Order: sequence, then C-alpha cells, then structure tokens
Amino acid sequence: MSEPAHGHPHDHDHARTFQPDHDDGGPLPYLQVMEIATRELLIEKGIITPDEVRRQIERMDERGRWRGARVVARAWTDPAFKARLLANGRTGCEEMGITDLEALHLVVVENTEKVHNVIVCTLCSCYPKPLMGLPPSWYKSLPYRKRVVREPRAVLREFGLELPQDVIVRVHDSTADMRYMVLPRRPEGTEGWSEEALAAIVTRDCMLGAAVPRATDAGKTGAE
Amino acid sequence: MSPRFRAGDAVTVRAAYPPGHIRTPYYIRGKRGVIERICGEFANPEELAFGRDGLPKRPLYRIRFQQRDVWPDYGGELEDTVDIEIFEHWLEPAAREITT
Amino acid sequence: MRKHHDMGGTPNGPVDTRTHDPALWEKRVDAVRNLLGHKSLLSTDEHRRHIEDLAPEDYDRLTYYERWILSLSHHLIEKGIFTADELGRKMADVETREAKDREQYR
Repeated sequence: MSEPAHGHPHDHDHARTFQPDHDDGGPLPYLQVMEIATRELLIEKGIITPDEVRRQIERMDERGRWRGARVVARAWTDPAFKARLLANGRTGCEEMGITDLEALHLVVVENTEKVHNVIVCTLCSCYPKPLMGLPPSWYKSLPYRKRVVREPRAVLREFGLELPQDVIVRVHDSTADMRYMVLPRRPEGTEGWSEEALAAIVTRDCMLGAAVPRATDAGKTGAE
Repeated sequence: MSPRFRAGDAVTVRAAYPPGHIRTPYYIRGKRGVIERICGEFANPEELAFGRDGLPKRPLYRIRFQQRDVWPDYGGELEDTVDIEIFEHWLEPAAREITT
Repeated sequence: MRKHHDMGGTPNGPVDTRTHDPALWEKRVDAVRNLLGHKSLLSTDEHRRHIEDLAPEDYDRLTYYERWILSLSHHLIEKGIFTADELGRKMADVETREAKDREQYR
C-alpha cells in the first residue's frame, strides 16, 4: 500500500503544518519541520502508515496513570496479590488483565513506615511506558536527573514532600532493563473505600515517589 | 553464563572510563555496594547500541549503595541508599566490611 | 572523562515540578520512534546512543522531543532508510507548504 508521492495522506495534515500552538504567525520551527518531513518520507517509503501512527498515539494516550493506580489499589486491598506483585511486577499486572506490556521488566518497590522510594533515570528517561504511557515532563528534565540521586530529600522538598530523618530514602536509578513503579503507602482515612476510589487518589507522581496519596485528594486529582 | 555473585555479596564497581555507550553511571564507578538481587540475564547494551546483538547475555544485578559511601558530604547519619542496575562485567568482589 | 548525558550527581537549579502534556507533534515523534522499534529498524540502545552523541550545547538547549527527532533523523540517514538529500528536499517542501498555509489562513 503506497501513499501519494507528495505527502498529504490526510486532509488534516494540511492543517497540522500550521500548528495551533504556534499562532504567532511565524514559521514552523526547524525541528518540527524535520518531524513532518521524516514522517512523510517514512510513509512514502512504505515503512509506516498514517494509521499506524494514529493508533500508536492512541495506545500511548490510553495508558495514562489509571492502570498503575488500579494495580496499587488492588495491592492495598489484597495482601496476597501485593506479595506476588512485589515478587514479580509484570506477572502481577498481568493477573489484573494488563497483557500488552511488550518487553517490560517491572520491579515494584514498596513504601513503608521506614522506607520511601524514588525513581529516576539519570542517563535518559527510562520509565514503565508499556504500563503507564509517557512520563511526566519533570521526570525527564535535566535538573531532576542531575540532582535526585545526590540530594533526594532536597528535591522531594521541592515537590512539597518532607521526609523525617528516620525514614530511609531509596533512589532507584533505572540504568538497564528494569523499570520501576513505587507502591505508595495506603493513607489513613481510606478504610472501607472501594478499589475504584482508592485508585482515584494514586497519581503518577505517587508512583514515582515524588508524592504520597492522601484521603483528602478524593475528587481532586485529574488526569495526573 | 552462571552468575558470579549472589544477593548479599559485597561488590565494587570497576573504576574504568571507556568511551562509547555505557550504562554504568559515572558517579558510581569505583564505589562499593551490596547485591540486592539478580535481575536475570540480558544482552550487552554497549554492543546493542551499535546494531550488534550484544550476545552472550550476561547477568544484570541490582546493587544497593549507601549514599554516604557515594557522596562525600551526604548526611552521614542517614541510611539512605541508591539502587542501580549494573552488568556483571562492571563488578569485582569487594571486602565484606569497609575498614575505616 | 564524564560524558555530558551522564549527569547524575552534577549540580543544577530547582526542578520544575509542573506537568506539561506533550504537544501533538511530540506524540508523533514518540509514535514514530516506537513504530521503528516494532519494525526492528531502531533499537532502544541505538536511539539512546544517538541522543548521547548530540553536541552538549544542543543536548542542553533542545527540548526532549527535539533531541529525539534530531537523533532519529541521524539514525535513519546512517541506516540508509533515507538520504540527507531526500530529507533536506522534503524539509524544504514542508516549509514551502507551511508558508502557503500561513498566507492562506492569515
């Protein structure tokens, strides 16, 4: 299947050359021009199709924080599941019907009264994408990658999280094939809550160790 | 390849500084830690980065370092750690205890 | 000698803790990168290496997905998927079309 030689495979691609978020009337930035050109060449050469691109974007968009949050909520309510999850993060997720995990090797690390875990990839931005989609921008930022291994408590303070001296902070630097998710502590005031209500207070930041879930967050957390 | 180390073994990260694509962070070279777990066996990213197959697979470990052993001025009373995945070819056995 | 991207433990200013949703063009870069991976035309390790090989000034100055698209095009040229000439001509074509759009929608 081939696309027309001069790539306007979809009408709306025309509109995309004039990006809504670039409304200053100026020219499209060099690297956004490169993005369009690269994609069109790959389509012309039959390597990818516009539909594949669309579906891949959709797949990533669907993967937001809810899948991880539901795994956390299950672990909070089912101790045997939690033990299995901590032993093997991937098979734990698969038990919950999450089966499109590609080549993910998942290590779930548990926050306790004595231990608080934080995740980083100092070398790039490794993140459990097949489970949770795209990482937050702060996680990929140079200041975070530089500082959190060296001064995690100071960085967490910038997120509004102050940890007592007698809590051990463990930073996990995702350097090779493992990917990490933090299992936060179940907050007080959530006794008797449904799994759905519990999942709703588990944000992406909580599953990276940059925040802790709170019962008072019910009804407040949005997409993140 | 059977793993050279087991959970609980003390190891030192080799203080080598080759160019190329290296997944052992600079800040941990030469440092001593303890094997937290064996992650399995994986192909060598240093070779995969150049389109080669990175075989044979070799053991990958999670190693736990005390932050006070990594950074000279890290709050000494704190038991904070940094856990890093490191391939076997970057590791040497270390003395059981640090003598100060 | 420490490579520029190997930055754990080096100093920096405060972390911007806000979340920004990726722009659509960025999601397309991400999608293309993943599709190339699925089709065995790009490994994670090759992708990382290309990013690491960017000049330090570019590494710092460019946004995350700007680094990605630049690295992807380097890789695709190196791999022979397209030539620099093909890419250059296509980029000029895109710029021409986009300039016409701006005129038209003014």
